Amino acid sequence: MSRDPRPADRGGRAGAVPAIEAVDVSRTYQLDGVSVPALRGVTLTVPAGDYVALIGPSGSGKSTLMHLLGGLDRPTAGRLVIDGRVVGGLSAPELARLRNQTIGFVFQAFHLLPRTSAVENVALPLVYRGVGARERRERAAAMLGRVGLGHRLDHRPNQLSGGEQQRVAIARALVTDPTVLLADEPTGNLDSTTGAAVLELLEQLNTESGVALVMVTHDAEVAARARRRIAMRDGVIVADSDAGPATGGAGPGGGPAEGGAGS
Amino acid sequence: MRLAEAWRVASDALRANRMRSLLTMLGVIIGVASVVLLVAIGTGTKQTVEQQVEGLGSNLLLVVPGRLDVGSAPAVSPLTLQDVDAVGRVVGDPGRVAVTVASGATVRAGTRQDFTTVQGVLETTPAVFARDVARGRYLSRSDVDTGRRVAILGDSVARILFPDREAVGQQINVAGVRFRVIGVFAPLGQSLGVDRDDEVHIPVTAAQRLYGTQRVDAIAVKAPDRERIDELGERIVAELNGRHPGTEFSAVTQEQILGVLGDILGILTGVLAAIAGISLLVGGVGVSNIMLVSVRERTREIGLRKAVGARPRDIGVQFLLEAVLLTAIGGLTGMALGVGGALLVAAVSPIPAAVTWWSLALAFSVSAAVGIVFGVVPAQRAARLDPVVALRAE
Repeated sequence: MSRDPRPADRGGRAGAVPAIEAVDVSRTYQLDGVSVPALRGVTLTVPAGDYVALIGPSGSGKSTLMHLLGGLDRPTAGRLVIDGRVVGGLSAPELARLRNQTIGFVFQAFHLLPRTSAVENVALPLVYRGVGARERRERAAAMLGRVGLGHRLDHRPNQLSGGEQQRVAIARALVTDPTVLLADEPTGNLDSTTGAAVLELLEQLNTESGVALVMVTHDAEVAARARRRIAMRDGVIVADSDAGPATGGAGPGGGPAEGGAGS
Repeated sequence: MRLAEAWRVASDALRANRMRSLLTMLGVIIGVASVVLLVAIGTGTKQTVEQQVEGLGSNLLLVVPGRLDVGSAPAVSPLTLQDVDAVGRVVGDPGRVAVTVASGATVRAGTRQDFTTVQGVLETTPAVFARDVARGRYLSRSDVDTGRRVAILGDSVARILFPDREAVGQQINVAGVRFRVIGVFAPLGQSLGVDRDDEVHIPVTAAQRLYGTQRVDAIAVKAPDRERIDELGERIVAELNGRHPGTEFSAVTQEQILGVLGDILGILTGVLAAIAGISLLVGGVGVSNIMLVSVRERTREIGLRKAVGARPRDIGVQFLLEAVLLTAIGGLTGMALGVGGALLVAAVSPIPAAVTWWSLALAFSVSAAVGIVFGVVPAQRAARLDPVVALRAE
């Protein structure tokens, strides 16, 4: 497998490359000639291996922020750096490459390909990386083992329960060994027991592989489990449980925030 | 994404919608099959006609009044038997000159009758045209000189008039005048649905008396020398122009006739292919339509693929291959059906059909091109989808 060189230590300590760095990022949509600001200057740093819950009412801009952090979209203003790469100037193919190498997505609705086995679903990102069929299957099967579905390799999505489907989606998100795992309401379509299990799995993977976990949720209980909580409203961050979102991570005595994350 | 992978994804997608894929292919199948079949019929017709013209005999020169042109009206012939003698002197051998004065007439024998072409000819006809007598004999010099009322029947005429008797030696009645049958032609068979054995030959002198005319419709010359056939034609035309000032004559060779017929039949084949091509085009529009539906249906899949790292190109190639696969499979099936249809037509109908490799190659490449051309727009639409919008689609 070929990967970009990256600091071996992703423990989130000072000095490591942050997974995500956003400085005064804005995103404005043009709808029928009218400018609609969805994000109005967001400054945020997610250190490698962090565990962040993104909360806020609908329309607060958290989905837009998720799309930007995931490289699905580009900011209209401000500076966004994902895993050391500046997103603003990237073309569509370059963005696709960035997503493939750096980001894992978990969606509320799972988004698995129908009529396609679990192992092939998990292997999909590797297809676009040009990995051969045999290695794809091996890595996908290993990843399914890690999420507890080693016995369900050739089951299709419609033969799996909701919780199992979301585990397949998680395996797909992590099979590329990404820097950031973006989870958009990952438990939203699951009952509370299954949801809790999925959440535990995400937390476990976050701890084990050091992938930064950014989770959008409206569930206060779910958000409470995150190490850090960021609240949004009207396109800006209104609260951040980390006083200083710069480089310091969770350590006490972090310097004053440079961005407008206070209040 | 590797190409092999893209092929697999495309064929999986087609299999997931079997019925729809099949119906979409049907448009292409019909289009390609009709191209192959109609071109085969056009080509077969052309070959048959060319064989017949060549089968008339080699080094043939036809002399007719007026111009030999597509679409020109046949002129009333000013030619007479004196002109035929003159032409014979130009050629240097009267035995190489044949004539015809033809008319439709009812031929009777007892209670049986047949409306057929009665041709007044010289005894030289078998030497100029390849024409064999199966039974009895052909006309003699004295039959022609004396205007004797004798006739040679085509095979079909003999069968109609004398179904259970030998025709040679029998009496027939041509337009109210009695003739004696002295021979029956060897059968030539049918071509393009026309019975080539439906004719009666009588001496040109008897024919002129029968029709009350002095004219001769056309003169045919078997040139002694292939290299100087054009020059001979010019000399004959010059001679006839001298004898009939103010009338135009043409001397045409087999090659020229073949050329003219080839042009006509080439246009025919082209028109048939163009009509079939329209149905192929309609099939292509169907492919385009279904691909657009497919892109819309799988918007979420496209969004997901993009989210996990598919480049716009990867998505575009995937959908383009799907369209190409549809038309390629349809094209191959259509080719098989077209070839089968052509063989069937040739076997059970009088229409000849000849499948040519170029028509197969053309049909296949056109159908593949249709897949590409009509697949490009849906594929581009898929490639350009915004992943954020696509993921949100229902």
